[in-house]
Amino acid sequence: MASESELNAGIEDGVRRRDFINIAAVSFAGVGSVAVVLPLLNQMNPSADVLALSSTEIDISAIQPGQAIKTSWRKQPVFVRNLVAKEIAEAKAVPLGDLRDPQTIDERTKPGKENWLITLGVCTHLGCVPLGAAEGENRGDFGGYFCPCHGSHYDTAARIRKGPAPTNLVVPPYEFTSDTVVTIG
Amino acid sequence: MSFPWAKPYEPTHPLMKWMDEKLPIPRLVYNATGPGYPVPRNLNYFWNFGVLAGAALMIQIITGIVLAMHYAANASVAFNSVEHIMRDVNAGWFIRYAHMNGASMFFIVVYLHIFRGLYYGSYKAPREMVWLLGVVIFLLMMATAFMGYVLPWGQMSFWGAQVITGFFSAIPIVGEPVREWLLGGFVPDNATLNRFFSLHYLLPFVILGVIILHIWALHIPGSSNPTGIEVKDEQDTVPFHPYYTAKDGFGVGVFLLIFVALTFFSPNTLGHADNYIPANSLSTPAHIVPEWYFLPFYAILKAFTFNFLWIDAKLWGVIAMFASIALLFFLPWLDSSPIKSSNYRPLYRIFFWILVADVLLLGFCGMQPAEQPYVILSQLGAIYYFAHFLVILPIVSRIERPLPMPNSITEAVLAKHATDTSSASATA
Repeated sequence: MASESELNAGIEDGVRRRDFINIAAVSFAGVGSVAVVLPLLNQMNPSADVLALSSTEIDISAIQPGQAIKTSWRKQPVFVRNLVAKEIAEAKAVPLGDLRDPQTIDERTKPGKENWLITLGVCTHLGCVPLGAAEGENRGDFGGYFCPCHGSHYDTAARIRKGPAPTNLVVPPYEFTSDTVVTIG
Repeated sequence: MSFPWAKPYEPTHPLMKWMDEKLPIPRLVYNATGPGYPVPRNLNYFWNFGVLAGAALMIQIITGIVLAMHYAANASVAFNSVEHIMRDVNAGWFIRYAHMNGASMFFIVVYLHIFRGLYYGSYKAPREMVWLLGVVIFLLMMATAFMGYVLPWGQMSFWGAQVITGFFSAIPIVGEPVREWLLGGFVPDNATLNRFFSLHYLLPFVILGVIILHIWALHIPGSSNPTGIEVKDEQDTVPFHPYYTAKDGFGVGVFLLIFVALTFFSPNTLGHADNYIPANSLSTPAHIVPEWYFLPFYAILKAFTFNFLWIDAKLWGVIAMFASIALLFFLPWLDSSPIKSSNYRPLYRIFFWILVADVLLLGFCGMQPAEQPYVILSQLGAIYYFAHFLVILPIVSRIERPLPMPNSITEAVLAKHATDTSSASATA
């Protein structure tokens, strides 16, 4: 066994050969551990089959003005509402400064199709499905949607007006493939 | 690790001597819960709840292992497999109801255990580490109970998972990816159910490990007691066995009586009927509430309905809810009074009872829909909760004049005995 003085022999800057070996070995083990931890964490992200359900077609021809339907995209509920002129006018009458998440109804609908309000049916607070899509449900103080879980009120453009939710109901990416068919995703 | 007068372990039987040399487990038990562990002689029945919590954990582990033999953690069959346990498995209804109500009993005894700690100042030096580990156990229990509640995959299971994982989406920027990572999807689904089952099976054993640390840390200074005066000599203590094994055994008997009464005669009282409806990702139940043991924290979450400063209402609610528990980690340093027991703290005692009433009020508000007057009551309740720990407690512990204290545990016990027999005035 080498004594302390033998180990330090011939070293002037105070760094021993063994220090280099220690640092190299620990660094190598550290890099290896990180490389193993990454897949162990990443396995929890949505898997390929979950991501594959990312596009849905909806036939909107049967939705009368004033009506709404509830469908689903990526297993999340989606509201498709056929707004009447009065509801659009109400949404336009609100000054943007009064809104928590300022957006005009034009920004939330497609040009020329502004009667079609398509949003996720997922409250932006903690994810409940708001009421108001089906006939006779409570539509809240602003005539849009109302989330009963924690009391968020959305207006006729599905914008947050009152309650704890931070943002408007999300408008998913979608386009009109024809006048009566919408592709979401 | 113990007092100098602790009775030493001296095995006489050759087998026990042989065992003591190879693996001294009998010595460990003797010195931890046997005649070799001296304990203050004046512990009242509030000191039973630690042992009761341990009993409740063991009941949960045993019934849980059995349930896992019949349950299927797959979103398409999970609900039916629970009904299979209830209807087809031999005595399955009993084991499931015991596990369901066992969770409630576990929280009841743990809340009483925490109550004891708060009233008698058990969190103070030299027992801060015991308290900190206790808060860790409480957090682990909450996580375990939440994930267990998701497993039957009923409506409350599903929407509970949606709302509680939604807390993480309040974190700025990374919130939504973190939530998707936790769920393994965009909504709770098969991936969520599987990982929750895996963790629900794991965490009770983690809790068991932290309980061992909790007891280890406790056994260094030894138990506190209702006077809050530390043990001074041998006459202040009695050996754990047979004195407290007997007292705890009686407590376990009472606990089991209440537990089986609940399990057999009223098994669904503490649950929600909506959880007997299979999970439906397109329809939220009209009124979602968590299990009763989360209600005060849920009320604090719901109290924030408006943006304040530069932080939005949603993030405030989530921060406040987590802070209400995280605050307990700082309790040993927020309360600077050297007097432990509230019996000698006239001012603190008043605020302590107001806090208890406040937590009960928050629990009541947590049950109610998000309407007035419950919103304003939750807001007042939440403000008082934080004010108690951050303002009232530090001030009270500085200005309070404690009542005169006895010199020792023995003196307190004998003085009480004297007043009980001679003057019969029951002012201890």
